[in-house]
Amino acid sequence: MNHTIVTVGLGSCGIAAGAGKTFAKIKALKEMDNLDFQLRKTSCVGMCYREPLVEIVDETGTYLYGDVDEGRAMEIIEKHLHQKDPIRDYIVQTDLFDAPENDFIKSQVKIVLRNCGYIDPESIADYEARDGYKSMKKIRDEKIGRLEVIQMILDSGLRGRGGGGFSTGMKWKLANANKSDVKYVICNADEGDPGAFMDRSVLEGDPHSVLEGMIIAAYAVEATGGVIYCRAEYPLAIKRLNIALQQAREKGYLGENVFGIEGFDFDIYIKEGAGAFVCGEETALIASVEGKRGMPRKRPPFPAQSGLWKKPTNINNVETFANVPWIILKGPKAYAAFGTEKSKGTKVFALAGKINHSGLVEVPMGMTIKEVIFKLGGGIKNDKKFKAVQLGGPSGGCIPEYLSDTIVDYDSVNATGAIMGSGGMVVMDETTCMVDVAKFFLDFTRKESCGKCTFCRMGTKRMLEILDRITNGEGKEGDIEKLEELAYQIKDNSLCGLGQTAPNPVLTTIKYFRDEYEAHINHKKCPAKVCRPLVTYTVDQEKCTGCLVCLKNCPSNAITGERKKPHLINQELCTKCGVCFSKCKFSSIVLS
Amino acid sequence: MRIARINTKTSTWITDEVDLTLLDPLIQKYKGKKGNVIPLLQGAQDIYGYLPRTAFEKISRDTGLELSEMFGVATFYAQFRLKPVGKNIIKICHGTACHVQNAKEISESLEEALQVKDGETTSDRLFTLESVACLGCCSLAPVMMVVDQTYGKLTGNEAVKIIKNIRLAENN
Repeated sequence: MNHTIVTVGLGSCGIAAGAGKTFAKIKALKEMDNLDFQLRKTSCVGMCYREPLVEIVDETGTYLYGDVDEGRAMEIIEKHLHQKDPIRDYIVQTDLFDAPENDFIKSQVKIVLRNCGYIDPESIADYEARDGYKSMKKIRDEKIGRLEVIQMILDSGLRGRGGGGFSTGMKWKLANANKSDVKYVICNADEGDPGAFMDRSVLEGDPHSVLEGMIIAAYAVEATGGVIYCRAEYPLAIKRLNIALQQAREKGYLGENVFGIEGFDFDIYIKEGAGAFVCGEETALIASVEGKRGMPRKRPPFPAQSGLWKKPTNINNVETFANVPWIILKGPKAYAAFGTEKSKGTKVFALAGKINHSGLVEVPMGMTIKEVIFKLGGGIKNDKKFKAVQLGGPSGGCIPEYLSDTIVDYDSVNATGAIMGSGGMVVMDETTCMVDVAKFFLDFTRKESCGKCTFCRMGTKRMLEILDRITNGEGKEGDIEKLEELAYQIKDNSLCGLGQTAPNPVLTTIKYFRDEYEAHINHKKCPAKVCRPLVTYTVDQEKCTGCLVCLKNCPSNAITGERKKPHLINQELCTKCGVCFSKCKFSSIVLS
Repeated sequence: MRIARINTKTSTWITDEVDLTLLDPLIQKYKGKKGNVIPLLQGAQDIYGYLPRTAFEKISRDTGLELSEMFGVATFYAQFRLKPVGKNIIKICHGTACHVQNAKEISESLEEALQVKDGETTSDRLFTLESVACLGCCSLAPVMMVVDQTYGKLTGNEAVKIIKNIRLAENN
């Protein structure tokens, strides 16, 4: 009997990269030649930049192949499986010899992502084979009390991974202390930060770990009902969660007398979000589950006192829940061994932007930003110069290159003016305009502001108008000061986290890249050549082949020239729309 | 402030003839349940592709929910549409990673190729163009999603080519 296992990564990004076709191809080849191996599916292993990924485990070891399109899949099946000759050039990671991505895996500590990319997310047996649901069984068999569970979470030092960084154990303690017949546990899976996708990966890759975390939380706070509030934009995550819920119910892990614990009744249902960033805020999320407009309300009372349907409610984020089973099973000390004094454990980061290895990484707290970007992230794309990293999405800020020795823990990141947030790390290089980035985030928060607080509703609009002017070359002296003044007023006078943090991207870019703002305002120049009204388009007379494409496409007829002779742009007619730049196949349109 | 990304001007509200009886099972399922507004609207939109005015009125009549409350919810969330949409919805990602990798070019190319603006539907009702905040495929930026198929690492020209092929397939 042959024990070779071939596994294809089928997460959202893998599928987008063509993993579905790769899987179908391998399946067809297997059936056609009646090949003797097991074909399995898994989810994202985090190496998104090498998708589609195919792993082969045979009697000699484990090999991970990258960039496997249908053609490569055929080659790999032929050489590796038939001729027993692994194709070294295509292998990206293995324990057996040096492969390009070995360090990517080795430098990580996988707690949250412990199963992602290793198990079939649609199989409860796979999850249980890797210590799944053992924490709940441990609680049952060793008769660990509710308060003891809470103490373990407190001792582990786990803090909310959704961005706030509030002590998870403390939250549970508060929810436990409020007595009520009906209590709720909610999983916040409304991952709205543009640039963050770790929750999606966990839900798609290891949904049972989130369910087990929720069941443990429900046991600890004596909850009776559970809700997963998931973005409707994540159809695959919702599908896999539904499968997982059904499997858990069949096993008696949800329902009445959960895990055979007398009187512990708990079930979970999924609530699809309808697309509103503000619903990541606890009280807005609750309003949305109740079917109302997702607008935040004043606290106190906190959800732990009066939450969903006015009952005590405990809300944690996906990543937080995924940590919980590991902590219960391995003990709080093992967890607290990772990290820094005040930030324990690991953090998952979504690397994106101008970085070579975009994907998901999980590192112990305390690693420097530089290490994350250069050691794991493989440095900057096309060898450009690293300029800044944006951390924490629209609520966060930009950390400049010279502060890249900052370590990743809640307090050190906060000290820079950014926030840890959900862990989206968008890397920017010299071709990114920081004023444009600030404008991008502010445009996002302006659209997403629920409109309840005047300062957030109007203030963000006014700030955006100023930024629009600056990027259009109409900036005035005093604009920077006015932006700062508005920013502080919005921060001080908004009810929820959205408004309180909305100005952060502007404030941090002013703090670290004031010179870029000044170049826009005083010299009407965009150093990164991004803001179109501030750049001039010209034709490189040596590179231009005279193909007439730009001339034909120019909407304002600003380009003149003859076939096979270099063209010219009439600056007076040019509206700086950029069409010529994107249409030119010879890179002969120059920005200056 | 929160705005629906699809143009929602009521003055241009198209009143299509729709079969309202399709709503009955949905109303039966959620009538009288707490927190039912969003599932009702999501269900109605699944049926018609958007929320026709008559559907609001029927749901209100049959369930006793206030029209104003339902309209408030429908205009708050980006998911709900008050106008019919094309057969294929093209979602162009404008998340951070896509933004810094020139998602603007994708939008502009498609706007030009389809002759519609963001949020609008082509006259043959084949495509609706929509910008979204983040599709969660940041490693493949810039990204767009047509119906439920995601396309990554795009350029403006490639995006136009993909749409042209879909149109060709639709017309055959």
